[in-house]
Amino acid sequence: MPWRITLVFLIGFSLAIVAACGDDDAPSCNGDSFVGFTVFAASSLTEAFEAIEEHHYSGCSPARLSYNFAGSQALRTQLEQGASASVFASANARQLDLARESGVVKGTPVVFARNRLVVIVPTRNKAGIEDLQDLANDGLKIIVAGEDVPAGEYTRQFLENASSDPAFGADYGEDVLANVVSEETNVRQVVARVELDEADAGIVYATDVTDAVTMIEIPDELNEIAEYFVAAINGTDSSGFIDFVLSDEGQSILEDHGFMRVDQ
Amino acid sequence: MTTRTTAERTYSIQRTGEVALAAIACLIAFVFLCLPIVAIIEKAVRDTSFFDVVSSSEVTDALRLSLVTTSISLVLVVVFGTPVAYVMARTRFPGHALLDTLIDLPIVLPPAVGGLGLLMAFGRRGILGEPLSDLGIEVAFTTTAVVMAQTFVASPFYIRSARAGFEASGEELEHVARTLGSSRTGAFLRVAVPVAMPSLLAGAVMAWARALGEFGATIMFAGSFAGRTQTVPLAIYRLLETGVEAPLVLSTVLIVLSFSVLLAFRLLLRRALLTL
Repeated sequence: MPWRITLVFLIGFSLAIVAACGDDDAPSCNGDSFVGFTVFAASSLTEAFEAIEEHHYSGCSPARLSYNFAGSQALRTQLEQGASASVFASANARQLDLARESGVVKGTPVVFARNRLVVIVPTRNKAGIEDLQDLANDGLKIIVAGEDVPAGEYTRQFLENASSDPAFGADYGEDVLANVVSEETNVRQVVARVELDEADAGIVYATDVTDAVTMIEIPDELNEIAEYFVAAINGTDSSGFIDFVLSDEGQSILEDHGFMRVDQ
Repeated sequence: MTTRTTAERTYSIQRTGEVALAAIACLIAFVFLCLPIVAIIEKAVRDTSFFDVVSSSEVTDALRLSLVTTSISLVLVVVFGTPVAYVMARTRFPGHALLDTLIDLPIVLPPAVGGLGLLMAFGRRGILGEPLSDLGIEVAFTTTAVVMAQTFVASPFYIRSARAGFEASGEELEHVARTLGSSRTGAFLRVAVPVAMPSLLAGAVMAWARALGEFGATIMFAGSFAGRTQTVPLAIYRLLETGVEAPLVLSTVLIVLSFSVLLAFRLLLRRALLTL
Protein backbone atom coordinates (compact mmCIF):
# COMPACT_ATOMS: atom_id res chain seq x y z
CA MET A 1 0.00 0.00 0.00
CA PRO A 2 1.90 3.00 -1.25
CA TRP A 3 -0.20 5.52 0.68
CA ARG A 4 0.85 3.89 3.90
CA ILE A 5 4.50 4.24 3.04
CA THR A 6 3.87 7.85 2.12
CA LEU A 7 2.07 8.44 5.41
CA VAL A 8 4.87 6.86 7.43
CA PHE A 9 7.38 8.92 5.50
CA LEU A 10 5.43 12.16 6.08
CA ILE A 11 5.01 11.52 9.79
CA GLY A 12 8.68 10.61 10.17
CA PHE A 13 9.70 13.69 8.25
CA SER A 14 7.49 15.97 10.37
CA LEU A 15 8.81 14.45 13.58
CA ALA A 16 12.39 14.96 12.42
CA ILE A 17 11.66 18.61 11.74
CA VAL A 18 9.93 19.10 15.09
CA ALA A 19 12.84 17.42 16.85
CA ALA A 20 15.33 19.59 15.01
CA CYS A 21 13.45 22.71 16.09
CA GLY A 22 13.24 21.64 19.72
CA ASP A 23 14.58 24.07 22.25
CA ASP A 24 17.92 23.24 23.83
CA ASP A 25 17.94 23.49 27.61
CA ALA A 26 17.63 27.18 28.32
CA PRO A 27 20.19 28.40 30.83
CA SER A 28 19.01 30.76 33.53
CA CYS A 29 19.33 34.34 32.62
CA ASN A 30 20.34 37.20 34.88
CA GLY A 31 20.49 40.20 32.55
CA ASP A 32 17.13 41.93 32.52
CA SER A 33 17.99 44.97 30.48
CA PHE A 34 16.85 45.40 26.86
CA VAL A 35 13.65 43.56 27.77
CA GLY A 36 10.99 43.84 25.09
CA PHE A 37 13.07 46.17 22.99
CA THR A 38 13.08 46.29 19.25
CA VAL A 39 16.06 47.73 17.44
CA PHE A 40 15.73 48.76 13.78
CA ALA A 41 19.19 48.51 12.29
CA ALA A 42 20.87 48.86 8.90
CA SER A 43 21.51 45.43 7.39
CA SER A 44 25.28 45.96 7.42
CA LEU A 45 25.09 45.88 11.24
CA THR A 46 23.59 42.37 11.35
CA GLU A 47 26.56 40.35 12.68
CA ALA A 48 27.89 43.08 14.95
CA PHE A 49 24.53 43.69 16.63
CA GLU A 50 23.84 39.99 16.95
CA ALA A 51 27.20 39.69 18.70
CA ILE A 52 26.17 42.51 21.04
CA GLU A 53 23.00 40.66 21.90
CA GLU A 54 24.90 37.45 22.55
CA HIS A 55 27.50 39.24 24.64
CA HIS A 56 24.95 41.06 26.70
CA TYR A 57 22.91 38.00 27.52
CA SER A 58 25.67 35.37 27.58
CA GLY A 59 23.46 32.33 27.12
CA CYS A 60 20.04 33.84 27.62
CA SER A 61 17.32 32.06 25.75
CA PRO A 62 15.05 33.16 24.27
CA ALA A 63 16.42 36.53 23.30
CA ARG A 64 14.52 39.43 24.73
CA LEU A 65 15.87 41.96 22.34
CA SER A 66 14.54 41.78 18.82
CA TYR A 67 16.13 43.19 15.72
CA ASN A 68 14.75 44.25 12.39
CA PHE A 69 17.55 44.43 9.83
CA ALA A 70 16.92 46.06 6.45
CA GLY A 71 18.14 48.90 4.30
CA SER A 72 18.04 52.11 6.39
CA GLN A 73 15.67 53.76 3.93
CA ALA A 74 13.28 50.80 4.25
CA LEU A 75 13.42 50.99 8.04
CA ARG A 76 12.68 54.70 7.94
CA THR A 77 9.63 54.05 5.71
CA GLN A 78 8.49 51.27 8.04
CA LEU A 79 8.70 53.66 11.01
CA GLU A 80 6.79 56.32 9.12
CA GLN A 81 4.10 53.77 8.31
CA GLY A 82 3.63 53.09 12.01
CA ALA A 83 6.08 50.29 12.84
CA SER A 84 6.98 50.31 16.50
CA ALA A 85 10.59 50.24 17.67
CA SER A 86 12.78 51.58 20.46
CA VAL A 87 16.02 52.35 18.68
CA PHE A 88 16.89 53.21 15.09
CA ALA A 89 20.46 52.62 13.87
CA SER A 90 20.94 54.03 10.38
CA ALA A 91 23.85 53.65 7.97
CA ASN A 92 23.81 57.37 7.26
CA ALA A 93 22.62 60.64 8.76
CA ARG A 94 20.09 61.33 6.04
CA GLN A 95 17.62 58.54 6.80
CA LEU A 96 17.65 59.45 10.50
CA ASP A 97 17.23 63.15 9.69
CA LEU A 98 14.28 62.37 7.44
CA ALA A 99 12.77 60.22 10.18
CA ARG A 100 13.20 63.12 12.63
CA GLU A 101 11.65 65.56 10.17
CA SER A 102 8.58 63.37 9.83
CA GLY A 103 8.40 63.16 13.61
CA VAL A 104 8.73 59.39 14.05
CA VAL A 105 12.14 59.66 15.75
CA LYS A 106 12.50 62.03 18.70
CA GLY A 107 15.98 61.25 20.08
CA THR A 108 19.17 63.06 19.04
CA PRO A 109 21.30 61.04 16.58
CA VAL A 110 24.78 60.03 17.76
CA VAL A 111 27.58 58.64 15.60
CA PHE A 112 28.52 55.18 16.89
CA ALA A 113 30.55 53.56 14.10
CA ARG A 114 32.26 54.24 10.82
CA ASN A 115 32.56 52.05 7.77
CA ARG A 116 34.17 52.22 4.32
CA LEU A 117 33.39 50.85 0.90
CA VAL A 118 35.26 48.05 -0.85
CA VAL A 119 34.83 46.20 -4.13
CA ILE A 120 34.15 42.48 -3.94
CA VAL A 121 34.55 39.90 -6.69
CA PRO A 122 33.65 36.20 -6.68
CA THR A 123 36.50 33.90 -5.59
CA ARG A 124 36.56 32.40 -9.08
CA ASN A 125 36.83 35.90 -10.59
CA LYS A 126 36.04 34.70 -14.08
CA ALA A 127 35.99 38.27 -15.36
CA GLY A 128 39.56 38.76 -14.19
CA ILE A 129 39.00 41.95 -12.21
CA GLU A 130 42.32 42.91 -10.60
CA ASP A 131 41.93 46.60 -9.77
CA LEU A 132 39.34 49.35 -9.59
CA GLN A 133 40.00 50.47 -13.18
CA ASP A 134 38.84 47.06 -14.44
CA LEU A 135 35.30 47.82 -13.22
CA ALA A 136 34.86 50.07 -16.27
CA ASN A 137 35.63 47.24 -18.72
CA ASP A 138 32.93 46.49 -21.26
CA GLY A 139 30.48 43.66 -20.68
CA LEU A 140 30.90 43.17 -16.94
CA LYS A 141 27.99 42.43 -14.64
CA ILE A 142 28.19 44.67 -11.61
CA ILE A 143 25.67 44.81 -8.77
CA VAL A 144 25.33 47.76 -6.44
CA ALA A 145 22.84 49.00 -3.85
CA GLY A 146 20.09 51.27 -5.18
CA GLU A 147 20.43 55.05 -5.05
CA ASP A 148 18.10 55.35 -2.06
CA VAL A 149 20.10 52.91 0.04
CA PRO A 150 22.96 54.55 2.01
CA ALA A 151 25.50 52.10 0.56
CA GLY A 152 24.23 52.96 -2.91
CA GLU A 153 24.56 56.66 -2.20
CA TYR A 154 28.16 56.21 -1.00
CA THR A 155 28.88 54.03 -4.06
CA ARG A 156 27.86 56.82 -6.39
CA GLN A 157 29.92 59.34 -4.42
CA PHE A 158 32.96 57.05 -4.73
CA LEU A 159 32.43 56.79 -8.49
CA GLU A 160 32.19 60.57 -8.70
CA ASN A 161 35.40 60.97 -6.69
CA ALA A 162 37.19 58.49 -8.95
CA SER A 163 35.94 60.19 -12.11
CA SER A 164 37.62 63.44 -11.10
CA ASP A 165 40.89 61.57 -10.59
CA PRO A 166 42.98 61.56 -13.83
CA ALA A 167 44.12 58.01 -13.07
CA PHE A 168 40.55 56.86 -13.71
CA GLY A 169 39.32 59.32 -16.30
CA ALA A 170 36.18 61.43 -16.46
CA ASP A 171 34.04 58.62 -17.94
CA TYR A 172 34.90 56.12 -15.21
CA GLY A 173 31.75 56.54 -13.15
CA GLU A 174 29.50 56.41 -16.20
CA ASP A 175 31.24 53.31 -17.56
CA VAL A 176 30.93 51.48 -14.26
CA LEU A 177 27.25 52.37 -13.88
CA ALA A 178 26.65 51.16 -17.45
CA ASN A 179 27.78 47.71 -16.25
CA VAL A 180 25.27 47.63 -13.40
CA VAL A 181 22.71 44.87 -13.99
CA SER A 182 20.76 45.09 -10.74
CA GLU A 183 20.20 47.61 -7.98
CA GLU A 184 19.50 45.89 -4.69
CA THR A 185 17.48 47.27 -1.80
CA ASN A 186 20.11 46.44 0.77
CA VAL A 187 23.81 45.80 0.80
CA ARG A 188 23.52 42.16 1.92
CA GLN A 189 21.70 41.32 -1.29
CA VAL A 190 24.71 42.62 -3.22
CA VAL A 191 27.02 40.31 -1.25
CA ALA A 192 24.72 37.33 -1.81
CA ARG A 193 24.66 37.88 -5.58
CA VAL A 194 28.46 38.08 -5.78
CA GLU A 195 28.86 35.04 -3.50
CA LEU A 196 26.63 33.07 -5.88
CA ASP A 197 28.93 34.22 -8.68
CA GLU A 198 25.96 35.70 -10.49
CA ALA A 199 27.78 39.02 -10.78
CA ASP A 200 31.37 39.88 -11.67
CA ALA A 201 31.69 42.49 -8.94
CA GLY A 202 29.80 44.37 -6.27
CA ILE A 203 30.41 47.43 -4.13
CA VAL A 204 29.71 46.93 -0.43
CA TYR A 205 30.96 47.90 3.02
CA ALA A 206 34.23 46.47 4.30
CA THR A 207 32.20 44.85 7.09
CA ASP A 208 30.14 42.83 4.59
CA VAL A 209 33.09 40.97 3.11
CA THR A 210 32.78 37.21 3.63
CA ASP A 211 35.14 34.28 3.05
CA ALA A 212 33.28 33.48 -0.15
CA VAL A 213 34.43 36.62 -1.97
CA THR A 214 37.68 38.45 -2.71
CA MET A 215 38.09 42.05 -1.65
CA ILE A 216 39.65 44.92 -3.58
CA GLU A 217 40.39 47.96 -1.41
CA ILE A 218 39.32 51.46 -2.39
CA PRO A 219 42.03 54.03 -1.47
CA ASP A 220 41.02 56.37 1.36
CA GLU A 221 41.26 59.51 -0.78
CA LEU A 222 38.56 58.17 -3.13
CA ASN A 223 36.52 56.37 -0.50
CA GLU A 224 33.46 57.59 1.32
CA ILE A 225 33.51 57.00 5.05
CA ALA A 226 30.05 55.94 6.08
CA GLU A 227 28.94 57.27 9.45
CA TYR A 228 26.41 55.20 11.37
CA PHE A 229 23.98 57.06 13.58
CA VAL A 230 21.78 55.74 16.33
CA ALA A 231 18.84 57.44 18.06
CA ALA A 232 16.17 56.54 20.56
CA ILE A 233 12.78 56.57 18.88
CA ASN A 234 10.97 58.14 21.85
CA GLY A 235 13.75 60.48 22.90
CA THR A 236 15.13 58.42 25.76
CA ASP A 237 16.70 55.01 25.59
CA SER A 238 15.66 53.30 28.80
CA SER A 239 17.07 49.99 27.56
CA GLY A 240 20.64 51.22 27.75
CA PHE A 241 21.24 49.80 24.29
CA ILE A 242 22.70 53.02 22.90
CA ASP A 243 24.93 53.47 25.96
CA PHE A 244 26.23 49.95 25.52
CA VAL A 245 26.95 50.46 21.80
CA LEU A 246 28.96 53.58 22.69
CA SER A 247 30.75 51.91 25.60
CA ASP A 248 34.26 50.47 25.30
CA GLU A 249 32.82 46.95 25.19
CA GLY A 250 30.31 47.83 22.51
CA GLN A 251 32.90 49.61 20.41
CA SER A 252 35.24 46.62 20.67
CA ILE A 253 32.51 44.32 19.37
CA LEU A 254 31.89 46.67 16.45
CA GLU A 255 35.62 46.80 15.77
CA ASP A 256 35.79 43.00 15.78
CA HIS A 257 33.27 43.07 12.96
CA GLY A 258 35.27 45.44 10.81
CA PHE A 259 33.81 48.80 11.82
CA MET A 260 35.97 51.80 12.79
CA ARG A 261 35.62 52.93 16.39
CA VAL A 262 34.35 56.42 17.11
CA ASP A 263 35.67 56.73 20.68
CA GLN A 264 39.31 57.15 19.71
CA MET B 1 -56.90 34.95 7.50
CA THR B 2 -54.11 32.47 7.81
CA THR B 3 -52.91 31.04 11.03
CA ARG B 4 -49.43 29.64 11.32
CA THR B 5 -48.58 26.59 13.35
CA THR B 6 -45.81 26.66 15.91
CA ALA B 7 -43.65 24.54 13.66
CA GLU B 8 -44.07 26.97 10.81
CA ARG B 9 -43.23 29.90 13.05
CA THR B 10 -40.11 28.19 14.40
CA TYR B 11 -39.02 27.43 10.87
CA SER B 12 -39.52 31.04 9.86
CA ILE B 13 -37.49 32.36 12.82
CA GLN B 14 -34.78 29.84 12.10
CA ARG B 15 -34.65 30.94 8.51
CA THR B 16 -34.48 34.60 9.45
CA GLY B 17 -31.57 33.78 11.74
CA GLU B 18 -29.76 31.90 9.03
CA VAL B 19 -30.25 34.70 6.54
CA ALA B 20 -28.97 37.23 9.06
CA LEU B 21 -25.90 35.14 9.83
CA ALA B 22 -25.12 34.67 6.17
CA ALA B 23 -25.59 38.39 5.56
CA ILE B 24 -23.19 39.29 8.37
CA ALA B 25 -20.58 36.83 7.11
CA CYS B 26 -20.92 38.19 3.59
CA LEU B 27 -20.65 41.75 4.80
CA ILE B 28 -17.47 41.06 6.79
CA ALA B 29 -15.90 39.17 3.89
CA PHE B 30 -16.89 41.84 1.42
CA VAL B 31 -15.46 44.69 3.53
CA PHE B 32 -12.27 42.72 4.21
CA LEU B 33 -11.72 41.98 0.52
CA CYS B 34 -12.70 45.37 -0.86
CA LEU B 35 -11.37 47.80 1.71
CA PRO B 36 -7.67 47.47 0.79
CA ILE B 37 -8.50 48.02 -2.89
CA VAL B 38 -10.74 50.99 -2.17
CA ALA B 39 -8.17 52.42 0.26
CA ILE B 40 -5.43 52.40 -2.38
CA ILE B 41 -7.60 54.11 -4.97
CA GLU B 42 -8.94 56.63 -2.47
CA LYS B 43 -5.43 57.57 -1.24
CA ALA B 44 -4.06 57.68 -4.78
CA VAL B 45 -6.82 59.99 -5.94
CA ARG B 46 -6.71 62.26 -2.90
CA ASP B 47 -3.05 62.39 -1.84
CA THR B 48 -1.06 62.10 -5.05
CA SER B 49 -0.61 64.23 -8.12
CA PHE B 50 -1.71 61.22 -10.13
CA PHE B 51 -0.93 62.36 -13.66
CA ASP B 52 2.50 63.78 -12.79
CA VAL B 53 3.50 60.50 -11.20
CA VAL B 54 1.95 58.34 -13.91
CA SER B 55 3.94 60.17 -16.58
CA SER B 56 7.24 59.99 -14.68
CA SER B 57 9.84 57.83 -16.40
CA GLU B 58 10.15 55.33 -13.53
CA VAL B 59 6.44 54.58 -13.69
CA THR B 60 6.11 54.47 -17.48
CA ASP B 61 9.24 52.28 -17.75
CA ALA B 62 7.80 49.81 -15.27
CA LEU B 63 4.38 49.76 -16.96
CA ARG B 64 5.86 49.28 -20.41
CA LEU B 65 8.17 46.52 -19.21
CA SER B 66 5.30 44.74 -17.44
CA LEU B 67 3.05 44.87 -20.51
CA VAL B 68 5.78 43.66 -22.87
CA THR B 69 7.05 40.83 -20.64
CA THR B 70 3.60 39.56 -19.63
CA SER B 71 2.53 39.49 -23.30
CA ILE B 72 5.56 37.42 -24.27
CA SER B 73 5.07 35.17 -21.25
CA LEU B 74 1.42 34.64 -22.18
CA VAL B 75 2.34 33.59 -25.73
CA LEU B 76 4.94 31.14 -24.39
CA VAL B 77 2.51 29.74 -21.82
CA VAL B 78 -0.17 29.15 -24.47
CA VAL B 79 2.16 27.77 -27.17
CA PHE B 80 3.85 25.28 -24.84
CA GLY B 81 1.04 24.78 -22.35
CA THR B 82 -1.73 23.80 -24.78
CA PRO B 83 -0.01 20.61 -26.09
CA VAL B 84 0.95 19.69 -22.52
CA ALA B 85 -2.64 20.15 -21.32
CA TYR B 86 -3.96 18.14 -24.27
CA VAL B 87 -1.55 15.26 -23.76
CA MET B 88 -2.21 15.19 -20.01
CA ALA B 89 -5.98 15.15 -20.65
CA ARG B 90 -6.01 12.47 -23.37
CA THR B 91 -3.35 10.01 -22.28
CA ARG B 92 -2.48 7.90 -19.27
CA PHE B 93 1.01 6.57 -18.81
CA PRO B 94 3.17 5.44 -15.87
CA GLY B 95 4.13 8.50 -13.86
CA HIS B 96 1.16 10.51 -15.13
CA ALA B 97 0.06 11.53 -11.63
CA LEU B 98 3.64 12.38 -10.69
CA LEU B 99 4.10 14.61 -13.72
CA ASP B 100 0.72 16.20 -13.14
CA THR B 101 1.66 17.11 -9.56
CA LEU B 102 4.99 18.46 -10.72
CA ILE B 103 3.26 20.75 -13.22
CA ASP B 104 1.02 22.11 -10.45
CA LEU B 105 3.90 22.67 -8.03
CA PRO B 106 4.64 26.34 -8.91
CA ILE B 107 1.09 27.21 -7.76
CA VAL B 108 1.82 26.28 -4.16
CA LEU B 109 5.56 26.99 -4.03
CA PRO B 110 6.62 30.38 -2.74
CA PRO B 111 7.74 32.30 -5.85
CA ALA B 112 11.09 32.92 -4.15
CA VAL B 113 11.72 29.17 -4.35
CA GLY B 114 11.00 29.31 -8.06
CA GLY B 115 13.42 32.20 -8.44
CA LEU B 116 16.15 30.37 -6.56
CA GLY B 117 15.50 27.28 -8.67
CA LEU B 118 15.79 29.29 -11.88
CA LEU B 119 19.04 30.76 -10.62
CA MET B 120 20.42 27.31 -9.77
CA ALA B 121 19.36 26.00 -13.18
CA PHE B 122 20.00 28.92 -15.52
CA GLY B 123 22.32 31.17 -13.48
CA ARG B 124 25.99 31.45 -14.33
CA ARG B 125 26.87 28.57 -12.03
CA GLY B 126 23.63 26.73 -12.78
CA ILE B 127 23.25 23.22 -14.14
CA LEU B 128 22.35 24.49 -17.61
CA GLY B 129 23.54 28.04 -17.06
CA GLU B 130 27.22 27.19 -16.71
CA PRO B 131 27.63 25.55 -20.13
CA LEU B 132 25.48 28.32 -21.64
CA SER B 133 27.67 30.92 -19.96
CA ASP B 134 30.74 29.32 -21.52
CA LEU B 135 29.05 29.85 -24.88
CA GLY B 136 28.54 33.48 -23.98
CA ILE B 137 24.82 33.23 -23.21
CA GLU B 138 23.81 34.60 -19.82
CA VAL B 139 20.16 35.09 -18.99
CA ALA B 140 20.12 36.06 -15.29
CA PHE B 141 19.47 39.79 -14.73
CA THR B 142 18.08 40.32 -18.22
CA THR B 143 14.57 40.93 -19.52
CA THR B 144 14.66 37.32 -20.71
CA ALA B 145 14.99 36.29 -17.06
CA VAL B 146 11.84 38.29 -16.24
CA VAL B 147 9.91 36.40 -18.93
CA MET B 148 11.28 33.06 -17.69
CA ALA B 149 10.25 33.81 -14.11
CA GLN B 150 6.75 34.85 -15.21
CA THR B 151 6.35 31.82 -17.46
CA PHE B 152 7.48 29.50 -14.67
CA VAL B 153 4.96 30.73 -12.13
CA ALA B 154 2.06 31.33 -14.56
CA SER B 155 2.11 28.13 -16.67
CA PRO B 156 0.29 25.85 -14.22
CA PHE B 157 -2.69 28.21 -14.08
CA TYR B 158 -3.15 27.87 -17.83
CA ILE B 159 -2.34 24.16 -18.04
CA ARG B 160 -4.80 23.25 -15.27
CA SER B 161 -7.65 25.13 -16.85
CA ALA B 162 -6.87 23.97 -20.39
CA ARG B 163 -6.60 20.38 -19.26
CA ALA B 164 -9.98 20.55 -17.53
CA GLY B 165 -11.41 22.00 -20.77
CA PHE B 166 -10.02 19.18 -22.92
CA GLU B 167 -11.21 16.57 -20.43
CA ALA B 168 -14.75 17.96 -20.29
CA SER B 169 -15.12 18.25 -24.06
CA GLY B 170 -14.48 14.54 -24.51
CA GLU B 171 -12.83 12.56 -27.26
CA GLU B 172 -15.94 11.60 -29.22
CA LEU B 173 -16.13 14.68 -31.43
CA GLU B 174 -12.50 14.26 -32.39
CA HIS B 175 -13.12 10.62 -33.27
CA VAL B 176 -15.97 11.70 -35.52
CA ALA B 177 -13.72 14.27 -37.19
CA ARG B 178 -11.05 11.62 -37.68
CA THR B 179 -13.56 9.20 -39.29
CA LEU B 180 -14.56 12.02 -41.63
CA GLY B 181 -10.98 12.22 -42.85
CA SER B 182 -9.48 14.85 -40.57
CA SER B 183 -5.86 14.38 -39.51
CA ARG B 184 -4.88 14.15 -35.85
CA THR B 185 -3.61 17.74 -35.90
CA GLY B 186 -6.66 18.86 -37.85
CA ALA B 187 -8.99 17.31 -35.30
CA PHE B 188 -7.02 18.97 -32.50
CA LEU B 189 -7.06 22.41 -34.07
CA ARG B 190 -10.54 22.39 -35.59
CA VAL B 191 -12.45 20.40 -32.98
CA ALA B 192 -10.70 20.03 -29.63
CA VAL B 193 -9.42 23.59 -29.32
CA PRO B 194 -12.66 25.38 -30.29
CA VAL B 195 -14.74 23.18 -27.97
CA ALA B 196 -12.35 23.80 -25.05
CA MET B 197 -11.98 27.50 -25.92
CA PRO B 198 -13.77 28.97 -22.86
CA SER B 199 -11.42 27.01 -20.57
CA LEU B 200 -8.39 27.97 -22.64
CA LEU B 201 -9.35 31.64 -22.42
CA ALA B 202 -10.07 31.44 -18.70
CA GLY B 203 -6.69 29.81 -18.15
CA ALA B 204 -4.93 32.37 -20.30
CA VAL B 205 -6.48 35.25 -18.36
CA MET B 206 -5.48 33.71 -15.01
CA ALA B 207 -1.96 33.03 -16.25
CA TRP B 208 -1.58 36.56 -17.54
CA ALA B 209 -2.83 38.01 -14.26
CA ARG B 210 -0.40 35.82 -12.32
CA ALA B 211 2.48 36.91 -14.57
CA LEU B 212 1.54 40.56 -14.10
CA GLY B 213 1.68 40.21 -10.32
CA GLU B 214 4.87 38.14 -10.30
CA PHE B 215 7.41 39.45 -7.80
CA GLY B 216 9.44 36.88 -5.85
CA ALA B 217 10.88 34.79 -8.66
CA THR B 218 11.61 37.90 -10.70
CA ILE B 219 13.57 39.74 -8.01
CA MET B 220 15.60 36.59 -7.26
CA PHE B 221 16.38 35.63 -10.84
CA ALA B 222 16.24 38.89 -12.79
CA GLY B 223 17.21 41.41 -10.13
CA SER B 224 15.85 44.93 -10.15
CA PHE B 225 16.93 47.44 -12.77
CA ALA B 226 14.70 50.22 -14.07
CA GLY B 227 13.58 49.71 -17.66
CA ARG B 228 15.24 46.30 -17.96
CA THR B 229 13.99 44.02 -15.19
CA GLN B 230 12.01 46.30 -12.88
CA THR B 231 8.39 45.34 -13.58
CA VAL B 232 5.47 47.08 -11.86
CA PRO B 233 5.50 44.91 -8.68
CA LEU B 234 9.27 45.40 -8.32
CA ALA B 235 8.93 49.12 -8.91
CA ILE B 236 6.23 49.32 -6.23
CA TYR B 237 8.56 47.55 -3.78
CA ARG B 238 11.55 49.75 -4.59
CA LEU B 239 9.66 53.05 -4.71
CA LEU B 240 7.99 52.36 -1.36
CA GLU B 241 11.39 53.04 0.19
CA THR B 242 11.32 56.64 -0.96
CA GLY B 243 7.69 57.37 -0.17
CA VAL B 244 4.20 56.10 -0.66
CA GLU B 245 3.04 58.30 -3.55
CA ALA B 246 4.46 56.47 -6.59
CA PRO B 247 3.57 53.01 -5.22
CA LEU B 248 -0.02 54.18 -4.71
CA VAL B 249 -0.25 55.40 -8.29
CA LEU B 250 1.30 52.25 -9.74
CA SER B 251 -0.96 50.07 -7.61
CA THR B 252 -4.01 51.98 -8.80
CA VAL B 253 -3.02 51.50 -12.44
CA LEU B 254 -2.49 47.80 -11.79
CA ILE B 255 -5.86 47.46 -10.03
CA VAL B 256 -7.77 49.25 -12.79
CA LEU B 257 -5.99 47.26 -15.50
CA SER B 258 -6.53 43.87 -13.84
CA PHE B 259 -10.14 44.64 -12.96
CA SER B 260 -10.95 45.74 -16.52
CA VAL B 261 -9.39 42.64 -18.03
CA LEU B 262 -11.20 40.29 -15.65
CA LEU B 263 -14.53 42.05 -16.13
CA ALA B 264 -14.22 42.23 -19.92
CA PHE B 265 -13.34 38.55 -20.00
CA ARG B 266 -16.33 37.64 -17.86
CA LEU B 267 -18.75 39.58 -20.07
CA LEU B 268 -17.24 38.18 -23.27
CA LEU B 269 -17.41 34.66 -21.93
CA ARG B 270 -21.05 35.05 -20.99
CA ARG B 271 -21.88 36.25 -24.49
CA ALA B 272 -19.88 33.44 -26.06
CA LEU B 273 -21.71 30.85 -23.98
CA LEU B 274 -25.08 32.37 -24.89
CA THR B 275 -24.36 32.20 -28.61
CA LEU B 276 -22.96 28.68 -28.39
